[in-house]
Amino acid sequence: MKPPAPDRPGDPWSGLRTHTPARIGLARSGSALATKALLEFRADHARARDAVGDGLDESALAATLAPLGQVLTVASAAPDRATYLRRPDLGRRLAAASQTTLAEHRGDYDLAVVIADGLSARATLAAPALIAALLPRLRGWRVAPFVIARQARVALGDAVATTLGAGAVAVLIGERPGLSVPVSLGVYATWRPRAGSTDADRNCLSNIHAAGTSPEEAARRLAGLLAAMRQRGLSGVALKDEGVLLT
Amino acid sequence: MTARAATLAGTRHVFPDIATLLARATPARSGDALAAIAAGSAEERVAAQMALADTPLAAFLEEPVVPYETDEVTRLILDTHDRAAFAPVAAMTVGEFREFLLADTTDEAALTSLAPGLTPEMVAAAVKLMRLSDLMAVAAKCRVVTRFRTTIGLKGRLAVRLQPNHPTDDPKGIAASVLDGLLLGSGDATIGINPASDSPARTAELLHLLDDIRQRLAIPTQSCVLAHVTTTLGLMNQGVPVDLVFQSIAGTEAANASFGINLAILAEAADAAASLARGTNGDNAMYFETGQGSALSAGAHHGVDQQTLEARAYAVARHFRPLLVNTVVGFIGPEYLASGKEIIRAGLEDHCCGKLLGVPMGCDVCYTNHADADQDDMDALLTLLAAAGVNFVMGVPGADDVMLGYQSTSFHDALAVRELLGLRPAPEFESWLEGQGILDRARRIRPPEPASLPGPLRRLLA
Repeated sequence: MKPPAPDRPGDPWSGLRTHTPARIGLARSGSALATKALLEFRADHARARDAVGDGLDESALAATLAPLGQVLTVASAAPDRATYLRRPDLGRRLAAASQTTLAEHRGDYDLAVVIADGLSARATLAAPALIAALLPRLRGWRVAPFVIARQARVALGDAVATTLGAGAVAVLIGERPGLSVPVSLGVYATWRPRAGSTDADRNCLSNIHAAGTSPEEAARRLAGLLAAMRQRGLSGVALKDEGVLLT
Repeated sequence: MTARAATLAGTRHVFPDIATLLARATPARSGDALAAIAAGSAEERVAAQMALADTPLAAFLEEPVVPYETDEVTRLILDTHDRAAFAPVAAMTVGEFREFLLADTTDEAALTSLAPGLTPEMVAAAVKLMRLSDLMAVAAKCRVVTRFRTTIGLKGRLAVRLQPNHPTDDPKGIAASVLDGLLLGSGDATIGINPASDSPARTAELLHLLDDIRQRLAIPTQSCVLAHVTTTLGLMNQGVPVDLVFQSIAGTEAANASFGINLAILAEAADAAASLARGTNGDNAMYFETGQGSALSAGAHHGVDQQTLEARAYAVARHFRPLLVNTVVGFIGPEYLASGKEIIRAGLEDHCCGKLLGVPMGCDVCYTNHADADQDDMDALLTLLAAAGVNFVMGVPGADDVMLGYQSTSFHDALAVRELLGLRPAPEFESWLEGQGILDRARRIRPPEPASLPGPLRRLLA
């Protein structure tokens, strides 16, 4: 039997598609999607799912970071990926052994930098370039050893910073994968982080990926953000409200 | 506080108060485990369900799950409770109430008159004892019909919210998605944009865009920009064309406070919308969204399980006579509903609770990429909801919301389930579709042939 013809031989949607990334004007057969559109969607979802499930290659990441400074590796209290996804509370707490590791490196630091897998471990591949571009902009800052964190949520950075004795923390973390952007890094910066810091206390840079913000541009913005935090002695909504954020 | 207990296989399970009993009796889901209130074992869960089945419905009027003194949602629920409407079930236990709801002799009229006598906690309790087939059978008996320019919730009809979101609110991009949806028969519930920015200026621009499209094409529907209620309230006072007033709501005062709202703000917005009187067919002008887990996420759950709190959000909704209420069931993520199985059950629970309380329930059948779910799960939930008589669902181009970053149902999905179950669009909108040549004589959506479309639609495609 001959397959049904697609809806639109002379696709009238091509012009409209330039205005939106939305999946408009999809070919169909009956009410269902044509096979090509069906499989394209499935491929995008598969990429996003794989990005969520991927583990963090800590040793490779540590090797890339090593020329930039000392590197420590920690884990949250979430023992595995499945638990991590369901228990954000565990992802915000340090595993006992990691607490000890960090305590051994306690010092007097201005900034802790945490590289966390979050919801997309692969996104951390952009972190070394960001850090390399950031460090020259932080003259006079005492930066703690870099911390690679597994099964980590943003708030794990608060525990890392307080254990290390750092006055601010920048968490570079894999963002929730989307269908169009499965691998993207976000940065959350917090001044005077403590147990109980909330999203309202943080400033965020998001969408750091190949088609979005570059690691170098993110480093420039993060340096500006950190300088503003140090100058005003605060972060989060209060800093945003003062209108000092660079765009 | 009254302790309740059940003995199962020789073990006596004791539940110290009614909130604990409800939480332990709730079918398993990640959010209640996260809150550390779920049953510790499958057996304990069933024991709790047995104890709950023996609990009198009237107990929920005597023992509020969130304190009356400190929570305005509890006060709303108890102060507006209609004792006369409650009378037919006043002497029943939760288990008897479930059987009453399922009985052949309990019909649509009985359920409609009962609704003001039911509290969210009563319906939440009964729902915890139900299987999916019960949730569908009971909901299918309820009819909640609301009107603005279209009529939504009629038997044999399924409306669709056309959701044309764009990552930067680009007006041409949004118009392109609106056109795609209209040509696929979506938009009778509302054409509603989630704005990427909550700024009043941008919201006003989008409201004008939608109003312009609606008027140019003479579409019998209502538009909405899903900005914060205070943003919309300000714009109404400036004369910007607002059809529906949107707000996310939850089941406790503290959770609503985390959304920046309270009952007084909602009342002010509802009054403002009513005074505009823009509905030609009726005056239901509010649009609310909810979702299990929102109270826990705001640290405002008071030790109450997420399904019960979700039902309490519907008590907030019904007070303001909304056109549309939908549970955005899988949006919040796997820490609250971990899998397709949990999302499917929650969607059917929410729909059933809302309908029993007299709320015009729809559902955003959806999931995020970090949940253990996929399109097959969404197909299952969409079809079960449509069979249960859901008022409306979402229509997103290709099921991929490019602004919010999650997957919902597509225009095609809505079309497919209408076709499968013989459901039709809202009557006013259906006539419009026929007039535009979008529906053929068999009421099927025609492939768009630009040449055959009326001028204004054709120009949008050009």
